[in-house]
Amino acid sequence: MPVGLNVISVVSWLVCVLLMTGPKGYGNVCHVGSGYAYSSVKAAIEAAQKGDTIYVHGGTYQEGNILIDKRLALIGLELPVLDGQKKYEIVSIKADSVLLTGFRIQHSGRASLDDPGGIKVYDSKHVHIINNHLYDNFFGIYLQYSQQCIVKDNILEAFGQEEQEIGNGIHCWKSEDLQIIGNTITGHRDGIYFEFVYRSVVWRNISSDNLRYGLHFMFSHDDAYITNIFRNNGAGVAVMFTKNVKMFNNTFEDNWGDAATGLLLKEISDSYLFNNRFLRNTSGVYMEGTNRIRVEKNVFRSNGWGMKIQASCADNEILHNNFIGNTFDIGTNGSLVLNSFDGNYWDKYEGYDLNKDQVGDVPYRPLSVFSVIVEQNPPAMLLYRSFIVTLLDRSERIIPTLTPDNFIDNMPKMSAFPL
Amino acid sequence: MFNKIQKFIFSDILNNRIILAYTLLLAVLSWSVFNIEDDGNKGVLTLLNIILLTTPLVSIIFTAIYLYNSAEFIELLLSQPVNRGKIWTGLFLGLLSSLVFAFLLGAGIPIIIYVRGSIGLILLGTGLMITAIFVSLGFLCTILTRDKARGIGISILLWLFFSLLFDGLVLFLLFQFAEYPIEHAMVGVTALNPIDLARIFIILQLDVSAMLGYTGAIFKDFFGTGLGAAIGFLLLCLWVMIPFLISRRMFIRKDL
Amino acid sequence: MIEIQNVSKNFGKLEVLKHIDLTCEAGQCIALIGPNGCGKTTLIKCILGMVIPTEGNIRFKGKDISNDYAYRHDIGYMPQVGRYPDNMTIGQVFDMIRDIRSVKETLDEELVEKFALRDMREKKMRTLSGGTVQKVSASLSFLFTPEVLILDEPTAGLDPLASEILKEKIIREKGKGKLVLITSHLLSELDDLVTHIIMMQEGEIRFFMPVTELKNATHTDSLAKAITHILKRDDV
Repeated sequence: MPVGLNVISVVSWLVCVLLMTGPKGYGNVCHVGSGYAYSSVKAAIEAAQKGDTIYVHGGTYQEGNILIDKRLALIGLELPVLDGQKKYEIVSIKADSVLLTGFRIQHSGRASLDDPGGIKVYDSKHVHIINNHLYDNFFGIYLQYSQQCIVKDNILEAFGQEEQEIGNGIHCWKSEDLQIIGNTITGHRDGIYFEFVYRSVVWRNISSDNLRYGLHFMFSHDDAYITNIFRNNGAGVAVMFTKNVKMFNNTFEDNWGDAATGLLLKEISDSYLFNNRFLRNTSGVYMEGTNRIRVEKNVFRSNGWGMKIQASCADNEILHNNFIGNTFDIGTNGSLVLNSFDGNYWDKYEGYDLNKDQVGDVPYRPLSVFSVIVEQNPPAMLLYRSFIVTLLDRSERIIPTLTPDNFIDNMPKMSAFPL
Repeated sequence: MFNKIQKFIFSDILNNRIILAYTLLLAVLSWSVFNIEDDGNKGVLTLLNIILLTTPLVSIIFTAIYLYNSAEFIELLLSQPVNRGKIWTGLFLGLLSSLVFAFLLGAGIPIIIYVRGSIGLILLGTGLMITAIFVSLGFLCTILTRDKARGIGISILLWLFFSLLFDGLVLFLLFQFAEYPIEHAMVGVTALNPIDLARIFIILQLDVSAMLGYTGAIFKDFFGTGLGAAIGFLLLCLWVMIPFLISRRMFIRKDL
Repeated sequence: MIEIQNVSKNFGKLEVLKHIDLTCEAGQCIALIGPNGCGKTTLIKCILGMVIPTEGNIRFKGKDISNDYAYRHDIGYMPQVGRYPDNMTIGQVFDMIRDIRSVKETLDEELVEKFALRDMREKKMRTLSGGTVQKVSASLSFLFTPEVLILDEPTAGLDPLASEILKEKIIREKGKGKLVLITSHLLSELDDLVTHIIMMQEGEIRFFMPVTELKNATHTDSLAKAITHILKRDDV
């Protein structure tokens, strides 16, 4: 990210300028920096009136906690640095309609009791946090009891080593109608964290190399996350205790590791998983207590397990997906099958299509006997790729005895969907 | 003196049709595996399976057949002023070097071309160790019985045991003792089978190692360290040395 | 030259050799005869170190042969059925044995020439007839001018012409003061060849005496008749 303003902030800056210099006149403008009216941001805020705009010029400002308690636009020029000296929560916003843009906000305090963050928003509406660079903070951007806020185009970088010694990148709690757009988050505990957040959208973010989850959803209903990239996070993405979530066009990749999962779904219902890509994860999707989910037109490629569906899942529809190059396409721990698997493409399918309707004439059983064995007895994985396992799988495919009868795709596609 | 015997055996076997077929088989399989699999790691895994299946089988059975067919030739050598131990060692090195040569020619070249980095070398090294181990076991089978059919039968059984029955036994034990924390013990047991040891060792070099989960981690904790790798290598070496040395001891005392 | 002292050999419960005592000297040409399974081949193999006696010891030129192999430099051995690696040529076999022996001195290639093996150097062993293989074996046993020759059924499988060549060779070598040990079933072939005769029966030496003595004792003029005479006398 180049130092300075990008198009969006230039536009917002122009809007502000227009507002300030327009015929009506709107608030006052003041400047902070060496050689300007104020040398301290705090002093400028103190002196400003509701609706004013404060320009902060280049330089490092070590002013402890900066509290914004009235409707202000704080605009950084030449990327001014707000430094928390590892002691303070750097910016606290306790007013509606605040704009904060163009800052580098670094070294927040570490104490974990009051969760200090780079930017923390308390009980506010219409706060815009745009195009900031958050560097080495405990929490990055923290919103609580907030509505209609926009967090956009920020870069959040942290260097956590242990989960308990670092906070989340964008942490949202008990909030509604948020837009989290175009942020890049690395090195935090969870990249994006939602708890009790409703009707919000997470769009076009890149969350990678975070210690725990790239995205962590809990008790957050009616949300959508679209076209995000979740890469190489400790445990992938977790969506838990939630209903009515839309997950479209996301990429979940390289979440390799013992307990890593591309997407962990736990106690989810009535949601829609469409056109996502699960690449090179230990498990692409792990489902537990998941009901009435539609998994459609996704790509599962080169995962250990394409999908792990625990017996506690019911009425899920898995259709029109591509399963390519996974060690196991499907894994499960039970014999009860209440989900449907019709009409997918499985690259391991060896059937034929005599009537050339692109649908295989014999059903496909996506559950291999070895994956059943491993589920019952995990150390058996030691025999992975051994001759006996190949033999078992082959004979099971001919005469199924150990795998559940109805775990079956009756309409396997002959060729992959163009996804 | 024995290197002369080795040299003659080597040139004799190189003209052997079975060895020619074996080399060709390896070559065809390896080249096609790497041409079909666009993902290098997948290719390594597939080839690993092929190598772990064919190499032991061919090594042990070819060794047994060759030794039985050479009984009179060995007698001829014995009537010459040559130490018995040296004859046996010469035969061993001759057979081993020709099978190694076949392996390098068939599988080695594609591996070197297609597999980058240390994995290729480890795969090659493992293939060679497996060859040596099963040549050594072939020598043991041959010396155990004078009867050719029985000897070849024993060698097929040994191959079946290490390739299949041993793992079946492991699976059985895993389920029998599923209630107990036997992961460490099972890792130890598995390491006793050279084929399993080689297989897991290679898998641990690849990304898919995460699939092995907790037991894989135990394995990696031990065999992933310098000391563990050395012990693993030593185990393989013992598998080469012990059967051969036993057979050599028996050969020296044998009446022909 | 070869002293066999109290040698016994058991294969499991089967006693193949029973307390054999025997001394063979240079210049003797000894026929080792006896019915099938009497222990002839086992005795020869004991001398060659291929079979290890259960008890007793064997000395070659005064030295115990157990745990020794260098003494075989002085022995040329022709097996009953010689088998060689299939894919090697005759030339390679000769080279290999020479290599193994690391022989520097000149070779006795008389038989190689007389059997016309030199023209067949490039032929693979696999393609040879049984007779030709025997020629190879015979040539090899004489090649290194050993002091002792041990020939197991040397003329079996050879055509009469080759057989004659081999016999002449044996006679010549005997004349040079070598010890020759032959097993054979064809007594008539041995007649003008051997100086001594050993008769074995059931793992024991029935008798060991010069041929002339044997003929005198039985009042016969041929070996075959003499042996038959003895066997008949046994039956009575």
